[in-house]
Amino acid sequence: MTDNEIRELKKFAARIRLETVKQIAKRGFGHIGGALSIVDALAVLYGGVMKIDPKNPDWAERDKLVMSKGHAGPALYSALALKGYFPVETLGTLNQPGTSLPSHCDHKLTPGIDVTTGSLGQGVSLAIGLALAQRMDGRGARTFLITGDGELNEGQPWEGAMFAVHHKLDGLVWFVDYNHKQLDGDTEDILDLGDLGAKFDAFGWHTQTTNGNDIEAVRTAVDKALEVSGKPSCIVLNTKKGAGVPSVENTKYNHHMVFEGEMAKESISFLESALAVLEGE
Amino acid sequence: MIIYDGTMDKEAYKNVFGRVIEQICEEDKDVVYLDCDLMNSFGTLGFWQRNKAQAINCGVAEANMMGIAAGLSAGGKKPYAHTFGPFASRRCFDQVFLSVGYGGNSVRIFGSDPGVTAAFNGGTHMPFEDMALMRAVPGSTVIDVTDSAMLESLMRQIKESCGVTYLRTTRKAYPAVYSKDHDFKIGRGEVLRDGSDLTVIACGLMVGESLKAAAALKEKGLDVRVVDMFTVKPADAELVLRCAKETGAIITAENHNVIGGLGDAVGSVLLENEACIPMKKIGVVEMFGSVGPQDYLQEYYGLTAEKIAASALEILKKK
Repeated sequence: MTDNEIRELKKFAARIRLETVKQIAKRGFGHIGGALSIVDALAVLYGGVMKIDPKNPDWAERDKLVMSKGHAGPALYSALALKGYFPVETLGTLNQPGTSLPSHCDHKLTPGIDVTTGSLGQGVSLAIGLALAQRMDGRGARTFLITGDGELNEGQPWEGAMFAVHHKLDGLVWFVDYNHKQLDGDTEDILDLGDLGAKFDAFGWHTQTTNGNDIEAVRTAVDKALEVSGKPSCIVLNTKKGAGVPSVENTKYNHHMVFEGEMAKESISFLESALAVLEGE
Repeated sequence: MIIYDGTMDKEAYKNVFGRVIEQICEEDKDVVYLDCDLMNSFGTLGFWQRNKAQAINCGVAEANMMGIAAGLSAGGKKPYAHTFGPFASRRCFDQVFLSVGYGGNSVRIFGSDPGVTAAFNGGTHMPFEDMALMRAVPGSTVIDVTDSAMLESLMRQIKESCGVTYLRTTRKAYPAVYSKDHDFKIGRGEVLRDGSDLTVIACGLMVGESLKAAAALKEKGLDVRVVDMFTVKPADAELVLRCAKETGAIITAENHNVIGGLGDAVGSVLLENEACIPMKKIGVVEMFGSVGPQDYLQEYYGLTAEKIAASALEILKKK
């Protein structure tokens, strides 16, 4: 990757972050922590990796994304709006009556959302189904799956983990947003996931572990994952819940939180300044 | 055409399924059949060995299978998914409800061994609640299969269906009721025997029992109508109301809990249309499944022609 490409991706990530925070600030509450931790991976995917056509969201040959941690919807909506799937102004309707942007991703409501998610763990199987369908079609399209870490407390993802290896689904790339926090606190205190990379390795996946809030590191890992054949690929993203927004990072219970008033105002201006710096470079 | 004379269907329904699903997959390359390590029990093991591109064995992982089926639908495929009825419904209801139904996907779900037909597998494998659960999914279609002609016809008919389509079917056989060329229509009940004293509305296993009961009651001078309401959702409301008007009393008979199944579907139609007539629901009342031969279990839960006939005599006193 050239320095310029990296700079552009960082700017895209900064814009996604800003729009995400603005959406949640307008509503006054939301799933802000886990939305922010996955922003950099979304910037990499929508900033050049995925074959998509925002003007034709149902294009049959497109790559697909399953946001199994459906509560990160606001981050994905920001990426989609910035790519032109729908107007950026629509982001202001998050969770308002009649909105096309609910807390959790909904395929029937939002252009660019490939499948509906929200009940944790279910996106894994949906992604596998999509990857199988794409393999049957033989057009070379890929499926990208994003799960949380707390989500892996469920059994269904591990059923899927076995299945995808058995069926040699090399068109599937699974990102785990390992921000080490779930609703009730640290994953280590609730139900310790331990060495996730080793677990995926043991299941037979091609596994990488990287800094999920480092654009360049994520992009490098994705490029490598897409070269893998004969097995699915997992990228464990070590991230910070609330990444890039100090007021959220520093809130202990930041899975879903009130986000308004001074905290919101300061966070928005912090992100605007950060974006201005990137744009000035 | 109605061909019922009390004799059993010759081909076990698991073999009908295996034969027909292979034909459907041959005719349409977008059809995918999924199972959870029950292919050898459902007549599809040979098909799987011949066509692993369109037949997928998910292992003992029902939630994953239902999600994969939903994902295949999202990817433009036409999935048919099978496991035993309790696992297709209770075990992975949230995946059926959300990944398939709420997510706007279309999956044809087959739950085998409904109710007492689970026999020697016993209570853990005996679904008396599957139709109640599946009926609660918005937009769903719920069918209790009557015989092999119906199974084959409906398997083909539902290929392009939308949302959650649930069919429960025995792996063995029931009495043959319809000719192979019978014109089935989902949502349209079938009047199998006309009568004017009361109507027995049945589905699945209880269709044959109802016909037996009607024949026995005929000897007592009673003229009993028998309706096969194989589409439990959407139930044929027009037919229910016609039977209420013309016969003045209704008994429902189902191999299922009386909560949430055929009886409640028929009862709702009557209530909402102010058709206040004597009605009795025959089915399983506040009981879990248990183990034993099917005929013993039918006696145990009151799912017999004798129970229907006795209830008919009772209900006629209220007319």
